[in-house]
Amino acid sequence: MADLRVRGFAGAINAPNPFWLASAPPTNTGEMIMRAFDAGWGGAVWKTIGEPITNVSSRYSATDWNSQRIMGFNNIELISDRTVETNLREMAEVKRRYPRHAVIASLMVASTREAWHEIVKRTEDAGADGLELNFGCPHGMSERGMGSAVGQVPEYTETITAWVKEKARTPVLVKLTPNITDIRAIARAAKRGGADGLSAINTINSITGIDLDTLTPRPNVDGKSTHGGYCGPAVKPIALNMVAQILSDPSAALPLSGIGGIGTWRDAAEFILLGCGSVQVCTAAMHYGYRIVEDMAEGLDNWMRSKGFHTIEEFRGLSLPRVTDWNNLNLNYKIVARIDEQKCIGCDLCHIACWDGAHQCIHLDRVSGPVNGHVELHDSPSVIEARSRASIAFTPVTRKEREVDPASHGPYPTPLARIPRVDETECVGCNLCSLVCPVDDCITMVRVDNGLQPETWEERTRVESAESTK
Amino acid sequence: MSTAILPDDPLLRERFTELRPPLAPQAAVIEANRCLNCFDAPCTAACPTHIDVPGFIKRISSGNLRGSALRILDANIMGGSCARACPVQVLCEGACVMHRYNREPIQIALLQRHAVDAFYDSGEELPCAAPAAGSLRVACIGAGPASLACAAELRRQGASATILERRALPGGLNTYGVAEYKLRSADSLREVEMIHRMGVEFRFAADIATAADLDDIESEFDLVFLGLGLGAMQRLGLPGDDAEGVLNALELISAYKTGHIRELSGTVVVVGAGNTAIDAANAARRLGAETVYMVYRRSEKDISAFDFEYEHARQEGVQFLWRRQPVAIRTDDQGALFLDTVQVRHTDGELVPIPDSEFTIECDLVVPAIGQSPLTKLVQQLRQVEVCDGLIVTDRATGQTSHPRYFAGGDCVNGGREVVDAVADGKRAALAMLKSKEVHHG
Repeated sequence: MADLRVRGFAGAINAPNPFWLASAPPTNTGEMIMRAFDAGWGGAVWKTIGEPITNVSSRYSATDWNSQRIMGFNNIELISDRTVETNLREMAEVKRRYPRHAVIASLMVASTREAWHEIVKRTEDAGADGLELNFGCPHGMSERGMGSAVGQVPEYTETITAWVKEKARTPVLVKLTPNITDIRAIARAAKRGGADGLSAINTINSITGIDLDTLTPRPNVDGKSTHGGYCGPAVKPIALNMVAQILSDPSAALPLSGIGGIGTWRDAAEFILLGCGSVQVCTAAMHYGYRIVEDMAEGLDNWMRSKGFHTIEEFRGLSLPRVTDWNNLNLNYKIVARIDEQKCIGCDLCHIACWDGAHQCIHLDRVSGPVNGHVELHDSPSVIEARSRASIAFTPVTRKEREVDPASHGPYPTPLARIPRVDETECVGCNLCSLVCPVDDCITMVRVDNGLQPETWEERTRVESAESTK
Repeated sequence: MSTAILPDDPLLRERFTELRPPLAPQAAVIEANRCLNCFDAPCTAACPTHIDVPGFIKRISSGNLRGSALRILDANIMGGSCARACPVQVLCEGACVMHRYNREPIQIALLQRHAVDAFYDSGEELPCAAPAAGSLRVACIGAGPASLACAAELRRQGASATILERRALPGGLNTYGVAEYKLRSADSLREVEMIHRMGVEFRFAADIATAADLDDIESEFDLVFLGLGLGAMQRLGLPGDDAEGVLNALELISAYKTGHIRELSGTVVVVGAGNTAIDAANAARRLGAETVYMVYRRSEKDISAFDFEYEHARQEGVQFLWRRQPVAIRTDDQGALFLDTVQVRHTDGELVPIPDSEFTIECDLVVPAIGQSPLTKLVQQLRQVEVCDGLIVTDRATGQTSHPRYFAGGDCVNGGREVVDAVADGKRAALAMLKSKEVHHG
């Protein structure tokens, strides 16, 4: 078993594993958090504590995709609707019973030094292992000058972080909103304010959809709706990019707890590979319950063992140097698509995708062997379809009619006429065909040797400008 | 009119519950989402009417059910009955690439039924051009799928179409001949009613038997479509084959579907092993016959029935007697019925009786189902329409016969295929007729 422990995160936060529940409904009460710890979660960021609010009903909506529920999830719920006293009393109880687990208090109070000093003191007295400043909540609270109203203004972020640091004895994490032009601006401000770590990303402003019967956007609150915060699997790519942006910037980088669409060990591994020291999960736990952590821990352990990693630190950040600016990519790297005729099922989605969405280099007018070059004339998709529609087909009622003609298949499982071929001289190596192909490893992108030395845009333009100045 | 309605028979419904019940709305969407949306999809190519299968399936998944149904009906006006009666295992679903992917093909037939049934339930009419003055007038002889498809296409394009049918109900084998657990007669009639509402005229009890009948038709109509189907099934050609207690497979099927036979008992022997024979044997079981034999003079591997039909018959409890040839049908004075058979052996392409292998089956009903004989003599004799082996010869692409005013399609041309083949024939003929009219009036 690999060592999944988190030690000294942001200076002093320890946990049995990097899987933490994000500040959200799954961490609403002490009872819930203790059940989550029993299920295997290594930490929990308490549902944001502050002056109790009043919520509306309904509060959530989702984006489904292809009969799968909750590709994306949206909420208009506010911070805790329970009193500070209740939350802190329960927090003390949780810490007493689960001393090894990370309990982090998410906080949001009015933007005064006194208010922040007071909540910091009370929370730390209750036993919190760390504080997470909620500068990201995108709805409701921001209209009251809190949440993302703070997190969208670098000066406010820096000031309030500094107030908190005046008082705090435990690590202070600033939770960043993605609803800003450049998330690094706020991360730098938090760092200037003295933050020990960051959590990113909070939810993304969203309207998930509109009911086409009632014409009311979702979630429907008595015939009206409002923008909410979007999360769930759909936001993971956005979160990964922001994580990479923050951690690639020396003036912004801090210990980072990654958030955004994490639901499996694979997602977690990706955030850690970009440098996160822990990950926070909400939507997946709301969808399936706390039990999802079992596979997250087992899966990460198995993957680490297969890769020879013994601790989280051994692979944390390994992929970060591989994220770079476009200008630094090798312009002379050339790949082309190859179709495995033994695996092709003949859906021909690569053909139509290449013709309508790419560079017209996957063809159905198969001839024997590969044929490349610019001189060929190919039938366009509409010609192929029209030919098919004009053909005369009939029901094979006799045994003889039902026999498959082996000549039409060649040695392949699919009729040869339906196995597309790639014109490699035209292929730009865009990946589209391999992305639409439903069969694993049927279309692979293969490197071709073009005899050229690696050269980036940076290098090419440097040479050109040097030449033009001669 | 027109399209009469059969009384609902709860007993029939109970005995012939649907083999493939419809999908619930959410199940349909989930199934529709499985479809890969292939380009130039093999399912579409395999369908004789080339229904845009991925096109209608994606419309189901987006919730555009009306668009889905119109997409189907545009290609195949009888999409509702084809969804029930088609042997999809050898057509669209057989061609599905999923066989090579995760093995289970998309349930195309059930999805098609889902969309078309929703359209019927909406009560909406199909969009249809009004017949223009001087538009093409076509007589379609026979009210089976070929004629219905031909007439519907003609109407959609603004021509006028009249269907002449000798029987009391329209729909041909859809109404009288498809096993009730696949296609209920009531559903066939509902489909015909939609075609009727498109403005197709129906004339029933129209027996066309003489030269004068043909003259009348030719004077009233510009062109004639022959959707004659096939005639009565062949008699067995054995001593006693006209005995009481001998009822051919199509007669048995139409009799139970129209309520004329509601119950069987004892032993039924079906002679033959094609798809219709299997429908008849299964029906006999469901109608109450304790023992149903299928007697076939060749072996299991020679039967023309689809594999899934054969399997189905075995599940229904039908017993197969292979390499056994009927030689005579006898009755005794108590009214008992006997089928004398003999075991045969295949020798040099000949079936040779095996000595001392005679075997007599005492039974209550003998059902011959060994093929159908074409009835196309009238047009052959009177209009020199070319006929070969009892089937009308046509140009495949247009359905035109050797007589330029006569077109033909369906079983009378192909010798007995499926509903969908007849629909494809009828539609192709309609389009060719419209084109010939254009050429004429240039």
